[in-house]
Amino acid sequence: MAFYVVQFLTGLASAASLFLVASGLSIIFGVTRIVNFAHGAFYMIGAYIAFTLTERFSGAFGFWGGVLAAALAVALIGVLVEMVLLRRIYHAPELFQLLGTFGLTLMVEDLVVLIWGPDDLVGRRAPGFKGAVDFFGQNIPSYDLFLIVLGPVVLGVLWLLFQRTRWGVLVRAATQDRDMVAALGVNQKWLFTSVFAVGVFLAALGGALQIPRDAVHHAMDLRIIVEVFVVVVIGGLGSIVGAFVAAVLVSELNAFGILIFPKISIILVFLVMAAVLIVRPWGLFGKPEAAARKTPGLTVNPWRPLTQNERLGSLAALLVAAMLPLFAGNYALTVGSEIAIFVIFAVSLHFLMSVGGLASFGHAAYFGLGAYGVAFLAKMAGLPMIVCLLLGPLLGCMGAAVFGFFAVQLSGVYFAMLTLAFAQIVWSIAFQWVSVTGGDNGILGVWPASWAASVSHFYWLALGIAALVTIALRIAVFSPFGYALRATRDSVLRSEAVGINAKRIQWTAFVISGTTAGIGGALFAYLKGSVFPDNLGISLSVDALVMVLLGGVETVSGGVIGAIVYKALNIWLVSQTDLSKLVLGGFIVLIVVVFPKGIVGMLELLAQRRRRSSPPGSSLLAKPIESAE
Amino acid sequence: MSVAPTLLAVEGLTKSYGGIHAVRGVSFSLRSGEILALIGPNGAGKSTCFDMLNGQNQPDSGRVRLLGEETTGKKPRDIWRMGVGRTFQITATFATMTVRENVQVALISHGKQLYNLWGSAPNVDRTEAGRLLELVGMGGYADRPCGELAYGDLKRLELAVALANDPKLLLMDEPTAGMAPRERVELMRLTAQIAKEKSIGVLFTEHDMDVVFEHADRIIVLNRGTLIAEGSPAEVRGNPQVQAIYLGEGLLYEGGHREGASA
Amino acid sequence: MRARNYFVGAAFALLAVGIGHSAVAEDIKIGEINSYSLLPSFTEPYRKGWQLAVEEINAAGGINGKKLVVISKDDGGKPADAQTAANELVSSEGVAMLTGTFLSNIGLAVSDFANQKKVFFLAAEPLTDAITWSKGNKYTFRLRPSNYMQAAMLVEAASKLPAKRWATIAPNYEYGQSAVAVFKKLMSEKRPDIQWVDEQWPPQGKIDAGPVVQAVAQANPEAILNVTFGPDLVKLVREGNTRGLFRGREVVSFLTGEPEYLDPLKDETPEGWIVTGYPWYSIKTPEHDAFLKAYQGKYNDYPRLGSIVGYQTIKAAAAIIAKAGSTDTDKMIAAAEGISMPSPFGEITFRKIDHQSTLGAFVGKTAQKDGKGVMVDASYKKGADYLPSDAEVEKLRPKD
Repeated sequence: MAFYVVQFLTGLASAASLFLVASGLSIIFGVTRIVNFAHGAFYMIGAYIAFTLTERFSGAFGFWGGVLAAALAVALIGVLVEMVLLRRIYHAPELFQLLGTFGLTLMVEDLVVLIWGPDDLVGRRAPGFKGAVDFFGQNIPSYDLFLIVLGPVVLGVLWLLFQRTRWGVLVRAATQDRDMVAALGVNQKWLFTSVFAVGVFLAALGGALQIPRDAVHHAMDLRIIVEVFVVVVIGGLGSIVGAFVAAVLVSELNAFGILIFPKISIILVFLVMAAVLIVRPWGLFGKPEAAARKTPGLTVNPWRPLTQNERLGSLAALLVAAMLPLFAGNYALTVGSEIAIFVIFAVSLHFLMSVGGLASFGHAAYFGLGAYGVAFLAKMAGLPMIVCLLLGPLLGCMGAAVFGFFAVQLSGVYFAMLTLAFAQIVWSIAFQWVSVTGGDNGILGVWPASWAASVSHFYWLALGIAALVTIALRIAVFSPFGYALRATRDSVLRSEAVGINAKRIQWTAFVISGTTAGIGGALFAYLKGSVFPDNLGISLSVDALVMVLLGGVETVSGGVIGAIVYKALNIWLVSQTDLSKLVLGGFIVLIVVVFPKGIVGMLELLAQRRRRSSPPGSSLLAKPIESAE
Repeated sequence: MSVAPTLLAVEGLTKSYGGIHAVRGVSFSLRSGEILALIGPNGAGKSTCFDMLNGQNQPDSGRVRLLGEETTGKKPRDIWRMGVGRTFQITATFATMTVRENVQVALISHGKQLYNLWGSAPNVDRTEAGRLLELVGMGGYADRPCGELAYGDLKRLELAVALANDPKLLLMDEPTAGMAPRERVELMRLTAQIAKEKSIGVLFTEHDMDVVFEHADRIIVLNRGTLIAEGSPAEVRGNPQVQAIYLGEGLLYEGGHREGASA
Repeated sequence: MRARNYFVGAAFALLAVGIGHSAVAEDIKIGEINSYSLLPSFTEPYRKGWQLAVEEINAAGGINGKKLVVISKDDGGKPADAQTAANELVSSEGVAMLTGTFLSNIGLAVSDFANQKKVFFLAAEPLTDAITWSKGNKYTFRLRPSNYMQAAMLVEAASKLPAKRWATIAPNYEYGQSAVAVFKKLMSEKRPDIQWVDEQWPPQGKIDAGPVVQAVAQANPEAILNVTFGPDLVKLVREGNTRGLFRGREVVSFLTGEPEYLDPLKDETPEGWIVTGYPWYSIKTPEHDAFLKAYQGKYNDYPRLGSIVGYQTIKAAAAIIAKAGSTDTDKMIAAAEGISMPSPFGEITFRKIDHQSTLGAFVGKTAQKDGKGVMVDASYKKGADYLPSDAEVEKLRPKD
């Protein structure tokens, strides 16, 4: 019995820091609607700075002072980030802020190694909390007890802050209805900044408090960010109490899950998140999100099919691309194939995101399923390449059909998180089911048949399929189905009132998108000759999001350009420098600030300005930035 | 007029939220080509009533029949397919699409082309969309992004969209809210004209009593969820109970801009 | 929209930059791939190691009179990116052979690439047995002692312990799973009386150490096998120390004696764990002294195991090319099979039968000295002594 009590307490201790970080993320999201991908980075910087301070100043004062000072210092960094970067992009398309904070995260990962060196750092134990307390023969670290107390204390302080101060009232009001608070004449600028600072402070504090338990290292951010998202979503976005309960729930599940299924902790939280979202789509303590009031005039340019000239231009570009084998070497062609494959992947997500308004955070699942589909067919059934290419994507199609059915019942961030959960579940299966998938050692030897084996042939194959897929999806955008899908994106209420079954339309779009991603994955398996769980992993899903956002989510063909630019740059940077993350992250942040509508979005805006070239047109460019101030 | 068949029959419609009766035992009927106004003070249950007719909300008890066919329990999209067009109190349009595309979506849905992945949507029912836009006086705005429209124009667009499935019945929730007085008269005149021409039944809620008394063939009055009066504009105007409610609030004739706050 | 097309052009122009490189015929180029950005704590010393080797080789006149150039690429910890890098190195840089890699799955991916493209691959670090056995191929050689060899070394010491009740803690991926499997198999062969009472599989990099320690303690084992490393190990040790998990229990642990993983533990280093590792401070052989002196002279830092691996990888590559007298793949394979060469750990041989080198490892016990973790009672175990019989290897390895 004592054992179970201690196991429970241990779970509570783990919950404390998870709660700190999650509550920060939740507050930030609630008020600013920013999905702050950099939250894990702030957590990590908090730990690094606290490490330096606590090493430098000894004693109890040095330790606790160092932890607090570190959190404050990071909060200041947060203020800087908010003022310099985020303020410029509040009015950018939804999720564009995700791109900015993702860029920041990349930069931070390289920066901490530059500043603190590559070694794992192990900091001091907390003075006064070094030992353990005996509990009926079981030991509980006294620091755990400290954390167990700290969690509810922070919850209480936050509660008081939100209930008893004017600032807290404003934050709660803004969480419920941003427009209303703005209309009441509250200085939103500083409200946002202060909220961001508080959120970042909590993240950094969570990181700093890890010092006596964890090693400080440059991948800490990724280890916590996903779990924090899970906690926030299970608890209900914007709900502090929810974050607390969910943090406890997740930690206790881990603590007790390993007793029954030692291997399950890898997947457990995602199963729980999926279950919660399906049963209670707004999380345990969340409230159904009021239908977002779309800013009128969000899209300046109505979509239209390409004109004759533009068609010819695209065809010419395709022809130029097709002539690459005449002058480029094998490496460039292989990179070209890879880019073509990522164009397929990006346009598949773009279709779902831009046309359907459904941002999937787990799109790699369908890409990876396509790849595994090919690998199974080629290695186990020994089918020829052409058959594998045709049938492999069906695995992605089936995955999309099953998961999509549940996912489209939700919308917005909840949709995103459910897709993420599904992707993680698929990833865990690929990772864990070693006898079938080979686990993380993957399936090797999936090489193309002789007709496609030469690098140029494979390049033409990939390019041709990418072109076909892009054209097909473009046709779909301007098909009656595409109109219906855009209708469900703009207004579910109106769609249903004109006889459209919105969920079914969105589900269909999900399946189309998943199948297309599967086609990309199938080609990818042949390009690399192997498949790995990576092909379904979070970082690939994030890549897809970045490509779409970079290209421009409000455009028809942003995915194509986003994929080409991002992938080419990524491959080139990785090959040229060890600081590729720093440079790529910096580039993304720059793009976010300079092109808040994505690359293609900005080009369209410029073209439009030139077309109009009348006085009112010239203010168009400045407008989104101004209104964000 | 009296020979026209009963289009909409509402019997004993009841809905309560947590013990509070929003709508209690409301019954009325509507004939084809008839324009029926549903009025009442704020919180009378007009919108709840409306949502139940449209399928947005389900009644606790009571039934709604359209040309004898039961609509209770059906979803909005199925009720639309039975020939009911609807406009919203706060306009709901496809903000990133052009005015024409908004109408085309409804036409595509009406033509059961929703899952057509191959056709060229810009050319689907283009002339029909144009005709509907002309009908509501929006012909010149066809290529404008819907997000750029003034509020009154959005209301007209909603009317065009609602007409896309050749409806037998139009449900209009505060069709003139937010419009300038002249626009109101124009829109309702237009609606009445279309209704008479095509023999469409129209049920609308409205705060502006001028609009109500000028265009309604018949008026029903809700108060605290119950139907308290029914009759021609003259009859309703003379009803002491109605006068008590409205005069008490001083709203009956100078009514006007109270939209956005109805129950 | 038309601007789109310019962008396509620009992107391809960007690609063309990659084409610009052309091989300089006089130099011998070796391509090197590792997870520099993902695992800097291992790969930074590793890089220093191979850079030292390159310097020494060229100072001594290069390989058969030609200058050695190593072109190094980061794989970011992703097999797919490793293949892109491999492809660039082979197709664009024209390297004679590929070397490097840390993670097992990346090692296997590059090995498969090498097999497909008929390129020589000298795997430096990946420990998976598959790379030389079940998925072994003609083109792939491996330097470090494999999972099997390290397990066998540890089992030799562990089987002498009186403990009968064992628990295991290993990261939940192929490396952890196969390390536990081999250890269990070899251990059970030597000690049929052993019971396995608990196993914990924390996700790699995400150990929830408190509950894991509690759960293991609850099973009350007499000895524990640990396979976690890096930050996971730190958390495990801290929780285990505080909760008294290691008190009165024997612990056998993979890799923990390597400075990369031992040094961060500082004054929290647990005492008396039986570990494999690299006690650079207590190795007193002429070969190692020479290496240590050169390394410390160049970098003003002590070597980690990564330094040895990096150093010896490039030394081995150079030796193979020198013996082959050519960078022709088949000639290099022929030269590599059975080649013997010196190393900081003494002479090693790349076996013909499975392309595994006989580089060994040190087995010893952990201890604390001046608030730092060290390995004591360390002895070098030659790789050759801890490999299965040739007949068994024949069965494990597919025919070329």
